[in-house]
Parts: sequence; structure tokens; C-alpha cells
Amino acid sequence: MPVHAITPDYTGDIKDRLENFHGNQIVYVGWDHHLMFCAAFAYPLPPETPFRTLRDEVMPEAFSLHPEWSQIDWNKTAWLLDGEPFEPQLDVALKDQGVGHKSLLRFQTPDLKGYKSAGV
Amino acid sequence: MAAKKLNIKDKYRLLTRDLDWEFSYQDRNKAFPFEEFEGIKITDWSKWEDPFRLTMDAYWKYQAEKERKLYAIFDAFAQNNGQLNISDPRYVNALKIFLTGVSPLEYQAFQGFAHTGRQFGGVGARVACQMQSIDELRHVQTQVHAMSHYNKFFDGLQDWSHMHDRVWYLSVPKSFFNDARAAGPFEFMVAIGFSFEYVLTNLLFVPFMSGAAYNGDMATVTFGFSAQSDEARHMTLGLEVIKFLLEQHEDNVPIVQKWIDKWFWRGTRLLTIVSMMMDYMLPNKVMSWKEAWEVYFEEAGGALFKDLARYGIRMPKYADIIEKEKEHVSHQAWWTFYTHGHAAGFHTWIPTDEEMDWLSEKYPETFDKYYRPRWELAKEMEAKGERFYTKALPQLCTTCQIPMLFTEMDNPTQISYRDSIYKGDRYHFCSDGCKDIFDDEPEKFVQSWLPVHQIFQGNCGGPGVEDILRDYYQMNVGVDNMDIKGSPDEERWKKWKGVA
Repeated sequence: MPVHAITPDYTGDIKDRLENFHGNQIVYVGWDHHLMFCAAFAYPLPPETPFRTLRDEVMPEAFSLHPEWSQIDWNKTAWLLDGEPFEPQLDVALKDQGVGHKSLLRFQTPDLKGYKSAGV
Repeated sequence: MAAKKLNIKDKYRLLTRDLDWEFSYQDRNKAFPFEEFEGIKITDWSKWEDPFRLTMDAYWKYQAEKERKLYAIFDAFAQNNGQLNISDPRYVNALKIFLTGVSPLEYQAFQGFAHTGRQFGGVGARVACQMQSIDELRHVQTQVHAMSHYNKFFDGLQDWSHMHDRVWYLSVPKSFFNDARAAGPFEFMVAIGFSFEYVLTNLLFVPFMSGAAYNGDMATVTFGFSAQSDEARHMTLGLEVIKFLLEQHEDNVPIVQKWIDKWFWRGTRLLTIVSMMMDYMLPNKVMSWKEAWEVYFEEAGGALFKDLARYGIRMPKYADIIEKEKEHVSHQAWWTFYTHGHAAGFHTWIPTDEEMDWLSEKYPETFDKYYRPRWELAKEMEAKGERFYTKALPQLCTTCQIPMLFTEMDNPTQISYRDSIYKGDRYHFCSDGCKDIFDDEPEKFVQSWLPVHQIFQGNCGGPGVEDILRDYYQMNVGVDNMDIKGSPDEERWKKWKGVA
């Protein structure tokens, strides 16, 4: 039973359906072991956005405040898409490489240990 | 001959149990339509033991006496400029959270108990819920009156009910109570009457009232005392509900256990905000959150669940995770508010060196290793004139609605990510506890009003964060929010105290 309701066959209104975002989809991006940022960030983006645009134009505004941001070597960065290893194709649209509405992207920079090597 | 005065026992019977009647020409199930759909089986309402042992006339008399004393103290507090006796203006920010986050829950409790006070088939339970409902209404009123004095001297207290309905972090307490009130009457009682008012209430009330006492806030201490005898009755009701449900039918046991698991988890998530208040917001500390958790949950709660074991009830699920989280949550929460201080309706700050040493002492396993470095980074940035405010909006948990700030307990620098797919959409959670709650009732939680997503859908004005704060939240931008350093609150305090 997907809900315990007094109304028979009650269904809820899905508040965050894709159509409600005016042509955007939500993509979350988190930097593992870098807790200067308390949580992953949420971005509303057109599904046609190339990965390169997300990485080079969208992410820097918030992420670049981190003292290690400028040291990231993207060639040595591992990505996870919804928990699975992921090889981003920079010039392919998000939607064409499986980054869907409310997908979570995580990136890992094992050489960068965070501020004072404390995961910050 | 004049009627003889009723003795107490007769009066009690007439004013409680005797208020019920038999349904001779109406279907009883239609009179109490909410009683069966949750699957709870009640075989005999007469077995209900009244926890309050109070009749309405006695109730009014006691409450009126308490009100007279309470308002006399509020008057004295105002006439003597009591606001000048608090420890430090930082303290008032805890009151801002209380007024916008907790007092509206008292109002929701009033509504919730009024509903259960109508819907239970047993008259004893109905009367008890009605009295608690009136108590809750009194609590919201006395809290508003206690804090209205502060509203004359400090920012951020001016529009608490409006903020409660709209501000991003206040969706956490609001949705907690909405969830309970949207459930059936029995789940509501296990959620609020038992899990919150009985198991977790001391973790909310003791820190606030002792915190007020330690920080010179006599108005808040006094409303706390005035509410205390009510709270004692509420705890008795919470315990009676559990015992009654478990004794009525063995089929109730797994249902009640599931609700205890759910509401213990939701309650501890909600109390995250109290943890940061205790460890970071009170200038004069009472005890650490970790110590409070050990005293009020691990010891007191442990004894309670030992008692309940004879009904087949075990400790709430994930109590082991929460035991580890006591080392971390306050630090993770205050960091979140510090880094979102531009979007909060109260002030935030870096703990002083002295406070950081206190935290190291109270959290020898975690503070220096994981959390002090965050504050060192913040200090470094502040010294460069770049006070750190996060520039993007955080991912939220679909169930508790808190930003996904909690970490894995065996890997405390890694955010804990969980998700579920339902009807083709993905939903994110901060923990197994929140994921389980969603998975049990997805049709309820697909409706979560997640503030970040609502902003992106254009339902909160904007698009800029400042526009949303000013026009949708009705905050005074640059006054209510930002760091305490340089705030009008701080400027005024210095002027009153004659310090530069």
C-alpha cells in the first residue's frame, strides 16, 4: 500500500515532476570529501546542456570558493552518476548521457584532501 | 432543599466519562469515521485509563492561576527592561528560531489534538486530547507574548507565522507536523503524544529553558515553568496511548512499532536544530548536545524501552546510528546555517576561540579532527574580508526536508546519500531512516514542498535570492540576516551597554 489514507486509492500530486520546472531539469552536483560545502548543490538546467557547460560555466560560481578548486585536474577526477561510475562526455547533452531529472553527480579528487587535509 | 455539592469522584465521572452516549439510531462508525483505516484494533474503549484526572472546571482554575503569575512576570520583565540582562545579543537568535520554528508547532499541536479529540471513539481519550489541545493553544499564546518584548528591541521576530509557512529551513518543522496531522488519529498520537511529547520532549524543553536561565532570559524561563505542569500531563497521555494500543490487540504491536521507528527518526532529525542551539548558539552553555542525548535519551529512553519490551516493542530502528550521530550533528548543522547566513532570518557567527576549546573538550573524538578545520577556513576567509556565504542552493532530503548535510557515521567526511525510484522519478534522502519512511508511503511524500525546488519552479518569486528573502519571506534584507558582526542587533546592544 503506497499510502495509508482514509480515501480509497488515494494518490498524491507529484510536486517535483519534470514539467513543473519550465523546461529545466534538476541536477545535483556534490564534491566528495569537501565539506566546506555542507551539501550537494541543486541546479535547474535545460536537459540539452552539454556536460562541459555544467562543469565549466555553472559549477565554478559556487565551487570555486574552495581553495582547492583551481588545483583540480579533471583528467584525474572520478565521477559517479546516481551512485554508479560515470565517464562524462563533455560535448554531449546531459539527457543524452543518462543525466536525468533529479540525477545526482558526484566527483572525487583523491589527490585533494580538502582544507588542511580534513575533508573540508 | 439546595442540591448537595458533588463529591470529587462523582464530579469527575459526570464531567468525563458521562459525557458519552449510546448511538441508538445512528451508526457509530459514521460518527467516528477515522477510527479504523489505520488498521488499529480497539476492542474496549472502557479500558482506557484517564491520564489527566482533571475535570474542566478544575482545569480552568489551575490554568487561570498560572496565567496570572505568568503575565505578572512578563509585565515586570518589560518594565525593568529585562532584555538588557541577557548574556549576549547572540542569545536572541535562539529565540528567533524558537518563535519561527517551534511556537507554530504548538499551534499545529492544538489543531492536531482538537482533531483527535473529536475522532476517538472513547470518551476518556477524547477528553484528554481536548485538554491537551487547549494547553497547546495556551502555549503558543504565552510564547508569543513572552517573545513580543524582544521584538521591540531585536530584529527577525516580526513575522514569525508568515516565515513559518515559507522560509526554507522552517519547512523542516512545518512538514514534520503536517505529516503527523495528515496521518490518522492513532498515528498522530504515537507521533506527537508518545514519540515527541514523551520520548523526546526533554531534549527540546530542558535545553531551551535551562538555556534561557543560563543566559538571563527570565521571560522564557517563566513560560517554560508555566508550561511544565502541562507537559507532565502530556507525557502521561503519550504513555497511556502506547500502553492502551498495545494492550488492546496484539495486531497493533507491529503497527505501533513502525510508527515508533518512523517518529523517533523524524523527531531526532527535527532536534538537529536544538543540537546546534545548545552547542553553538547559547553564549552561556548548559551542557553539550552529546551529554543531553546521553542523559535524556540513552538513559531515560533506554529504561522506557526496557519497560515496553514486555509488549513486544523494541528500541526504535536506527537508534544505533543516532548514538553515533550525537558526535556530529550539531557541528554539521551550525556549519550549514553559517554558510547560508545570508538566507537565514537570524544571525550566525564563527564560535570564539574559547567556545572552540569547549567544543574540543566536549567532543574529543570529533571536533578537532573534523569540525575545527571548517571554522579555521571560515576565519581565514573572514580575515581577508571574504566572509563565506554559499553561492548555490543545497540538495534537500525528500522526507525531513533538511539539506543533505548528514554524513556517513563510519566515514564522517562523506555525505550520506540514499535514493529511491518511484513511478519513474528519483527521490533523495539523507539517511536510511528517511528513505524507509518514503518507501512505506511514497504517495504521501511525493507531495513534499521542497523549498529549493519550489524556488526553481518559480513559486517563491525571485529569481534572485534577495528578492525571495525580501518579497516572499518578508525578511528585512541586510537587517534580519547575515553575520552578527556589524548587524543592527549588535550595534544597538553596544550602544545600550556603552561599548565601542
